[in-house]
Amino acid sequence: MLKLDLDNNLVSRARAAATKISSDFDWLFNGYSSVTIERTVLRLMGIDGATEDGKPLPNLLVDQLQSAGALHKGAAIWVANAMHHKSLTAQEVADSVTRGELQLTALPLAEPGVLYNLLSALSEKMLGQIKAQKAQREGYFEKYGPRRKPAIYVIVATGNIYEDLTQARAAAREGADIIAVIRSTAQSLLDYVPYGATLVGFGGTYATQENFRIMRKGLDEVSEELGRYISLTNYASGLCMPEIAAMGAIERLDLMLNDAMYGILFRDINPKRTLLDQYFARMINAFAGIEIQTGEDNYLTTSDAIEKAYTVTASQLLNESFALKSGVKPDKMGLGHAYEIDPEKENSFTYELAHAMLTRQLFPDAPVKYMPPTKFASGNIYKTHLMDAMFNFVGQLTGQGVQLLGMMTEAIHTPHLVDRSLAIENAEYIFRAVKDLGDSLQLSPDSFINRRANSVLLEATEFLEKVAAEGMFSAMAAGDFAEIKRPENGGKGLDGVFERDPDYFNPFMEQMKKELGL
Amino acid sequence: MTHIVKPYGDTLNDGKVQLSFALPVLTDAHGKEAARVLILSMGFDEAEITCMRDLGEGFTHFIAYASTSASVDTSKIKVKVVETPVMEMEETDLYIAEHLGREITIVGACIESDAHTVGIDAIMNMKGYNHRFGLERYQSFNAVNMGAQVASEDLLAKARELSADVILVSQVVTQKNIHIQNLTRLIELAEAEGLRDKMLFICGGPRISHELAIELGYDAGFGTGTYSTDVASYIAITLSKKQAE
Repeated sequence: MLKLDLDNNLVSRARAAATKISSDFDWLFNGYSSVTIERTVLRLMGIDGATEDGKPLPNLLVDQLQSAGALHKGAAIWVANAMHHKSLTAQEVADSVTRGELQLTALPLAEPGVLYNLLSALSEKMLGQIKAQKAQREGYFEKYGPRRKPAIYVIVATGNIYEDLTQARAAAREGADIIAVIRSTAQSLLDYVPYGATLVGFGGTYATQENFRIMRKGLDEVSEELGRYISLTNYASGLCMPEIAAMGAIERLDLMLNDAMYGILFRDINPKRTLLDQYFARMINAFAGIEIQTGEDNYLTTSDAIEKAYTVTASQLLNESFALKSGVKPDKMGLGHAYEIDPEKENSFTYELAHAMLTRQLFPDAPVKYMPPTKFASGNIYKTHLMDAMFNFVGQLTGQGVQLLGMMTEAIHTPHLVDRSLAIENAEYIFRAVKDLGDSLQLSPDSFINRRANSVLLEATEFLEKVAAEGMFSAMAAGDFAEIKRPENGGKGLDGVFERDPDYFNPFMEQMKKELGL
Repeated sequence: MTHIVKPYGDTLNDGKVQLSFALPVLTDAHGKEAARVLILSMGFDEAEITCMRDLGEGFTHFIAYASTSASVDTSKIKVKVVETPVMEMEETDLYIAEHLGREITIVGACIESDAHTVGIDAIMNMKGYNHRFGLERYQSFNAVNMGAQVASEDLLAKARELSADVILVSQVVTQKNIHIQNLTRLIELAEAEGLRDKMLFICGGPRISHELAIELGYDAGFGTGTYSTDVASYIAITLSKKQAE
């Protein structure tokens, strides 16, 4: 059996440092909130819809509360108060604010007990609905059997949700287990979630609740036809992490991209905003039984994959420790890594094998997400197809959880129907061909692979210990992560972060924390 | 001199080409014949469908070989390419010191909706790409990389603030020709603000050619396979020539 001989002392040191780093943020998680967290609360209370010019109602309400200087109590209290005074539902309150008939802060605040009771009923209702979705997913897996390993993950990205659905169904029939709807390129920096079904996007399709619903319904149909549950994933990233997580929970997405640091490093979103948002977003994911996926591949698309291999390991450990704080269990942590070593490098495959085994062995229970070659994919589609085959080989040999299939046209366009089909054929062939090969192999004790994995682990450990000593925000400001400097008070979205009042109340967070044992 | 050529399989002028495409037809003899007739209607003389694969949802993938009688006279082909020679980093720095004698300011960005910095980073970032240092590393360049999703207005404002010599724009996402829209918008704004002739405008990306760049009103365009050295040499030589004029 293929197994690394890892230095366990290093493993403990690295984990301890990562835990120290994430624990330094309890002040933030317990003392602050953000506009998107409050909009999430409103969505979970049942408020949906948008104005004629496309502004979502949760934004409208939160903006009203923010300009009245009232948001630090939390949006829930104010809406509950209006519901109480006017005998309206949450949606009716939102509609009446939209018509300009209601100023939430103009009504005197009722007794806290009354409002808590009202909110507790709402929270029970929505969380019950989310639990029912979770039970339905579990029911499907029980009926049709568990997801295969590695699961075949492909993307659709036409910009038109109905065209996406056609491509997704075709992919499912050919063997795909997980469908990702890539988002339109600019969505991560929108401080609102677009509304309704969308037909035009760029490099992808907007993540909207209606689009989620259309895709889930279509995939349920094809799942039942195939007798295999087809999972759906989208992106709880950018400026609306928790809102998208909530929409995914309500519409039964099965996985969600949710990285604790990606927004900071690669989208220049404010560090406080991102950490705060991911904390609540992941709690929602955890509660809904949604598998999170992290974005470590990004470290390697901008840096050398050998030189910076340790940044992947360090990020995985940080993502793990932040996820634990939100109640995500290891079997729902799709930590990421990628096959991005220069194919001109001698022994590139051997290096990849060492890195892939390191990830698997550090996180034995995690459904690790393995990303394909992209940086060295080129217009030579034949060579790219071959690199994808080598990537699939490592994926099966080392038992990765999710294989995000490479496309031979990766460097050219978003996948055509044929490209995706050939990618699935490639993976199915390799997976079948080397299915049990790993059981017959073992590493010699002083092999290059063993030495390489331990040296990456050592670098990661030393890096994490350095960050733990200086603090993550200082390290980010100094450019220690991904060679990008991100100051604590820089980046987008900081004006949406605020300190909570002592009587701040978020009924969903309270209830989820209780049920998740946090 | 006339030089007529045809595609080459294994015999000169056999005209052999590979084709691969999907059709919304069933994977059967009828679909296969439809694919063959389609190829003939493209002007090919012979067509052999070597593979058909069911893609589901009523689509079929065809792989085919065909031969063409079409030919091309390469002596008649004109292309617009960047014609400046390519120098190493040290040579470029020396060249600028000798010919310009001052620092060149370059402002780069991935503009508008495009969030993919891989191209601009490969050209500009200190560490560069594939053993060529990026523009930030050059002694003679003051290179500022503004990153992804930069509004055209912000890029131009920055260029004005720094009195930039060069604007470098990357566009990776090309779905529905969004890159053309973005690049056109930037040039139109630059013209409106009177900046177009004050600096070099250069664009790059996997689907950008020098010819397309010229057509869109840029000074130069760089496509796949471009390194920092190509861009740096072009900037050094072009600006030196302009100064000499």
